[in-house]
Amino acid sequence: MAPQPLSAAEQNQIKASNRAGWLLSAPALFLLTIAAVGPLLIVLVYSFLEAGKHGNVVWNPSTEGWVGLLWTKDIFTDSFVLADAHLTIFWRSVKLSLMTTVITFLVGFPTAWFIATRAPKARALWLFLITIPFWTNLLIRTYAINEVIRAEGVLNTFLIWLGVISEPLKLIYTDTAIFIGMTYVYLPLMVLPLFAALDRFDLRLLEAGYDLYANRWQVLRRVVLPIVKPGIIAGSILVFVPSLGAYVTPRVLGGGKQLMIGNLIELQFGQGKNWPLGAALSMTLLVIVTIALLVYVKFANGEKTHG
Amino acid sequence: MTQSNANQTANPVNAIEAKNVVKAFGQGDTAVRALDDVSVEIRKGEFFTLLGPSGCGKTTLLRLIAGFEMPSDGLILLEGQDITYLPPNKRPVNTVFQSYALFPHLTVAQNISFGLEMLGKPRAEVKATTDRMLALVKLEPMANRKTSQLSGGQQQRVALARALAPQPKVLLLDEPLSALDLKLRKEMQIELKRLQTETGITFVFVTHDQEEALTMSDRIGVMSAGKLQQVGTAKEIYTRPVNRFVASFIGETNFLKADAHAGRAKLASGDVIEVDAAIAGAVTLTIRPEQIRVVDGAEAGAIAATVSNLVYFGTDTHVHMHLADQTEVVVRLQSPATGDSGLAQGQTVGLRFAPGAAQVVGD
Repeated sequence: MAPQPLSAAEQNQIKASNRAGWLLSAPALFLLTIAAVGPLLIVLVYSFLEAGKHGNVVWNPSTEGWVGLLWTKDIFTDSFVLADAHLTIFWRSVKLSLMTTVITFLVGFPTAWFIATRAPKARALWLFLITIPFWTNLLIRTYAINEVIRAEGVLNTFLIWLGVISEPLKLIYTDTAIFIGMTYVYLPLMVLPLFAALDRFDLRLLEAGYDLYANRWQVLRRVVLPIVKPGIIAGSILVFVPSLGAYVTPRVLGGGKQLMIGNLIELQFGQGKNWPLGAALSMTLLVIVTIALLVYVKFANGEKTHG
Repeated sequence: MTQSNANQTANPVNAIEAKNVVKAFGQGDTAVRALDDVSVEIRKGEFFTLLGPSGCGKTTLLRLIAGFEMPSDGLILLEGQDITYLPPNKRPVNTVFQSYALFPHLTVAQNISFGLEMLGKPRAEVKATTDRMLALVKLEPMANRKTSQLSGGQQQRVALARALAPQPKVLLLDEPLSALDLKLRKEMQIELKRLQTETGITFVFVTHDQEEALTMSDRIGVMSAGKLQQVGTAKEIYTRPVNRFVASFIGETNFLKADAHAGRAKLASGDVIEVDAAIAGAVTLTIRPEQIRVVDGAEAGAIAATVSNLVYFGTDTHVHMHLADQTEVVVRLQSPATGDSGLAQGQTVGLRFAPGAAQVVGD
C-alpha cells in the first residue's frame, strides 16, 4: 500500500512542531554563535588581513599572517627566511605538553588507584585534597612553584643544607621549570578522570587475572589498562590541550625567555602589533588541538566496537 | 568404574589436602576466626562440595586453596606438594567466581584463551583448546561476542570454559549458580556434573544450597562456624548426621530427647521406642519426617500424637503434630492422587518410626 499523502492540517502540525523545536533550541544556538562561532570567525578573518601600524588590522586581504608562521622577512635582503624562533617555540610547546601528559599519567595513575581503593569515607577526603589547589588562583600557585625552585628558593636551600649539592640548581627560567609547573597545575585534571574510571573498575577482575596465571605486570597491562582506557584518554586530553595553550606557567616560570605558543600569540597581539600573525597562530593551535581531539574520538569509538 | 575409583587406585595422593588450617581476620581480641583448625582431604577426580550457611568459612577455605588468601596457620597441599604460600598465578588451580568476573574488554573466545596465553602456550594450541572449550560449553556461535551481550547462563558457561581451558588440577567453584533462576540452575547442575565427568578434573564446589550439594557431589563437607562438621557422601550425611547442626542444615528433621537403655529409649513424652542397642544414657535422637508412619491412634505401641497443622506441598504433605508432652514433630506424607491426606486438625493419631531411622546426634 502506498503511503497516503499528508493532509494540509497534518503538514501544518509538523511545521508548527518544527518551529517549536527551533524556538526551544534558539537560546542555545544564540549562545553558541555569540560565544564560540562568532569569535572564531573573527580570528579566522583577522588572520587573512593586513597588520595595522599600531596594532589592530587593516581591511586588506593578505596571507602575510599565515606566511609569518614559518617565515620571516630579512630586513636587510628583503627575502624570506625560516622563522626558527617560531619552530623552536612550536617544538617546545608540543614537547613540554607531551612530557607533562606522560608524567601526570605516571604520577596520576598510582594516585588515582590509591584513592579508588580506599574506603568510601577516606576516598572523599583524598578527592577533596586533590581538588583544593583549584580553589587558589593559578597565578598564585605558579608563583608558589617559583618560590620553591628559584635559586635561593626552598628546594635549593634545603638541598644545600642537606649537603646534596654545593651550588643552587639552575631550574628557574628553564624548560624544566615550565615542565614542573605544568605538571603541578594539571595533575588533578589527570587524576580525576582516572579515578572515575578506576572507581568503576571491578577489583574482582584482578583476582580473575591472577587466577589465570597472569603476574602483576600482565594483570595491569592486559586487564586494568585496557578497561580504564577511556579514563586514560580523557585525562590525557584534559592535560594535553591546556598544556599546549599554557600562558601563565611559561610566562612566570620561563621568565619571558622560554616562550610557548600561548606567549607567542600574546606577543603578536601586544608588543609585536601583528594581529594577523597572532590570529594565524591561534588557528594553528586550534588545528593541533582538533587533531588531538579527533584522535581521542577515534580511540573512544574503537573502545566501543573492539575493546 | 567411575573416574574417582580409577584415579584412586592409580595414584593414592589427594588432589587437595588441608592440614589444621586456621584463618583469622583482624588482630588481638577482635580477631575473627573464619577457619578454625580445618583439616580435609579432597580426592583426585571427585566432585567435592563445601556446604554451609553464609559466614561459615567455606568461601575462605576456597580462597586459601586458590591462593587469594594465606592461612594464619596450617598447610595446604596440592597432590602432596606444599602450596600454602604460592601466589595464585603459580598454582595449577582455577576458579569460577560467584560474579563470573569475566573480562568485559575481551570477547568470549579471548576470555577463554586468556589463561592459556598467560601460560605461554603456542598460538596453535591456544586456538585449538579454546575451540574445544567453546564446543564443550556449547558456545561456538558466541565466540566473537562481548561477554556483556550474553545471558546469565551463557556468561556462566564462559566462566566455566575460561577456568577449564588451562586444564587445572583442581577447579574451584564459588557459588556459581546462585545468580541463576531456578530452571537454569537445574540445567547447570546437570551441565556441571557432565563437565566434571568428561574432563575428570577435581571439582571443589562451594554452596549454601543443600539440594545442590546432595544432587551433584561425590562427597560433601558440611561447614559451620569456621569448622568442618562432617565429611561424607550425600547418603552418609543425610542418614547419619553427626550433630544437631548437620542434621538440621541438610533436609528437615525432628529432634527428640530420650533416655536410652538396652535397645529401648524412653521419650520425654513417656512413649518407649526401640533403638540401636549401642545407644545408652540421656541422648538427643533425630528422625527424618519421611521415616515416620502415621497409624491408627488405637494401635498398640504407637506413639500418640495430635495433628496441629497440615501444609500441602504438592508431592507431599507436611503434617505438624505434637506428642503428649507438647514436643513438636513433623511428618511428611506422600500426597495421594486426590491431594487429601485424610487427616484433620485436632485429630489424634499414632506414630511409628521406621526401624533404625532414629539416630543419636551430638549437640
